[in-house]
Amino acid sequence: EKSKTSFFGKLSKAVAGKSKVDDEVLDDLEEVLVSSDVGVDTTLKIIERIEARVAKDKYLGTDELNGILREEIASLLSETNTGEQEDFMLPTDKKPYVLMVVGVNGVGKTTTIGKLAYQFKKQGKKVVLGAADTFRAAAIDQLQVWADRVDVPIVKQQMGSDPASVAFDTLKSAVNQDADVVIIDTAGRLHNKINLMNELTKVKRVMQKVVPDAPDEVLLVLDGSTGQNAFEQAKQFTKATEVSSLAVTKLDGTAKGGVVIGISDQFKIPVKYIGVGEAIEDLQVFNKYEFVDSFFK
Amino acid sequence: MFDNLSEKLDKAFHVLKGHGQITEVNIAETLKEVRRALLDADVNFKTAKEFTNSVKSKALGQDVLTSLKPGQLMVKLVKDELTELMGGEAAGVDLSGNPSVILMAGLQGSGKTTFSGKLANFLKNKKTKNPLLVACDVYRPAAIDQLHVVGEQIGVSVYSDRENSDPVAIAKAGVDYAKANGHNVVIVDTAGRLAVDELMMKEISNIHNAINPNETLFVVDSMTGQDAVNTAKSFNDVLDFDGVILTKLDGDTRGGAALSIKSVVNKPIKFIGTGEKMDAVDVFYPSRMADRILGMGDVVSLVERA
Ligand SMILES: Nc1nc2c(ncn2[C@@H]2O[C@H](COP(=O)(O)OP(=O)(O)OP(=O)(O)O)[C@@H](O)[C@H]2O)c(=O)[nH]1
Ligand SMILES: Nc1nc2c(ncn2[C@@H]2O[C@H](COP(=O)(O)OP(=O)(O)OP(=O)(O)O)[C@@H](O)[C@H]2O)c(=O)[nH]1
Ligand SMILES: [Mg+2]
Ligand SMILES: [Mg+2]
Repeated sequence: EKSKTSFFGKLSKAVAGKSKVDDEVLDDLEEVLVSSDVGVDTTLKIIERIEARVAKDKYLGTDELNGILREEIASLLSETNTGEQEDFMLPTDKKPYVLMVVGVNGVGKTTTIGKLAYQFKKQGKKVVLGAADTFRAAAIDQLQVWADRVDVPIVKQQMGSDPASVAFDTLKSAVNQDADVVIIDTAGRLHNKINLMNELTKVKRVMQKVVPDAPDEVLLVLDGSTGQNAFEQAKQFTKATEVSSLAVTKLDGTAKGGVVIGISDQFKIPVKYIGVGEAIEDLQVFNKYEFVDSFFK
Repeated sequence: MFDNLSEKLDKAFHVLKGHGQITEVNIAETLKEVRRALLDADVNFKTAKEFTNSVKSKALGQDVLTSLKPGQLMVKLVKDELTELMGGEAAGVDLSGNPSVILMAGLQGSGKTTFSGKLANFLKNKKTKNPLLVACDVYRPAAIDQLHVVGEQIGVSVYSDRENSDPVAIAKAGVDYAKANGHNVVIVDTAGRLAVDELMMKEISNIHNAINPNETLFVVDSMTGQDAVNTAKSFNDVLDFDGVILTKLDGDTRGGAALSIKSVVNKPIKFIGTGEKMDAVDVFYPSRMADRILGMGDVVSLVERA
């Protein structure tokens, strides 16, 4: 589509020789952003920022304008991202580092865990997986396949057993094995189901019986093709589990995942990883500039 | 829970009150609020624009007759237009074949395997059919196991072949197996795939050609955002599917994707998924969906207040 293929080009043309960004350009910008799932509120916020910058700096060269656009959008991505993590790193002062993965149904939690385990293992870390999705059909077998692929141990019980008890066993086992990192898979759950959200809180509490301040990280996985509902997901999961980082999956498709801009801005949760496929290497560390640029391609 | 469109429209209608006729000027604010509500509900950008334009052309110049105030007229127009766009009669699935073959397709994690089970369960219990589930996802870890667990839960046989890595061959063999064993419905579960994955789209097209299904269903997550139109269009280009299944509506998504998909491919939404359990399935009601997208729990009361 025309506006998407060459937005920066169009932007350059439209502002060439002008002292202000005109409405047509802003309309196009709005279309690009809303069509990337950025959402109306955040889009308006970005447009206001651009307008303010243009008003202040009077004349802006087109190169500058492109840069500003990129900067302004990227700056809404949580400040905590400014460190720009470049690798799959883990804090070295925590052992075992306990990572719990949560999210609504089918977003890619289990797959992301497999990919993460692979990255950590590659760095020579000792990884243990915990199969605390005891509900979904063959969820345990699925994580087992990933554990075999990566060649890391998995702690599991029967389907239908208590997820908190699996998490407890996993941490115990990790401590006994002197593992570096534990990743706990949890069942997909919609954030408006109070009982299921309470269950997560319980899993957390039970883990703390083994490792007092566990989990060190709660990773919320968001499907990159999700629209504005992702806001509510972030809100409710944060309420139940104090989400500390985000992963956005399925960005190998045509969906842009723009909703995380507003989420990151509002909840100050950094986006850490992006999923770009189903294979074991298809996980990347998030780069906000590349992410923003993808809207305009 | 939802953004309250009713309140916003009420405010916008304020401007309309007292005017005898709907004009370009007095409708502008209302349309802006409607468009905003649609975008917040994840209705596609272009679809939302077309929708408000069409509402506008229907509304302009209309005299406010009888007892209806302009505000009431607008609510009715918006709601009716949306309901109509979303489709008329609830359409069932074609069960005329012997066996009737039903093919599932959609993005990763949209709910195909779960819905395959739900549909089999529904046909077994409500239509006294003898369905067979066929496991054609040879990629996702434990996908075959998942379908077997589902089959066990509902007491429906599952055909799979772990030695075979060709989904086309498995699908064909599954249909043959059904014929040989007296199953009158065959539900073929396939791997999730992205519309931009040419190899995988070719594969589903080959499966489709090989088994010539009575019914091809596109399964889509109701939380999907702006991309729903691209995906639906691409799958429809390849499969010319017969209907849409909207899953995970037990969440609090407004589900604007339903409108976007309907408007780009114009295929009926046949069922909705409302939970993870095998009985969590329902037929689709356009009017309820319209209320949901507009974030209006109770349109009637709004009309009364306007
Ligand atoms: N294309 C693509 N597919 C992905 C990606 N991440 C996960 N998937 C696929 O999405 C589907 C769902 O992934 P899962 O890892 O099972 O998701 P989940 O969140 O664990 O699902 P539940 O446990 O059922 O809630 C699978 O088919 C995965 O292969 C990604 O980054 N890109
Ligand atoms: N709450 C809820 N969850 C659902 C619904 N339908 C499916 N799910 C869940 O969504 C997740 C993905 O469902 P699957 O049936 O595995 O999806 P799929 O399309 O087969 O996934 P792939 O084979 O990986 O592409 C699972 O956790 C299901 O339990 C629904 O209507 N409501
Ligand atoms: Mg999982
Ligand atoms: Mg499946």
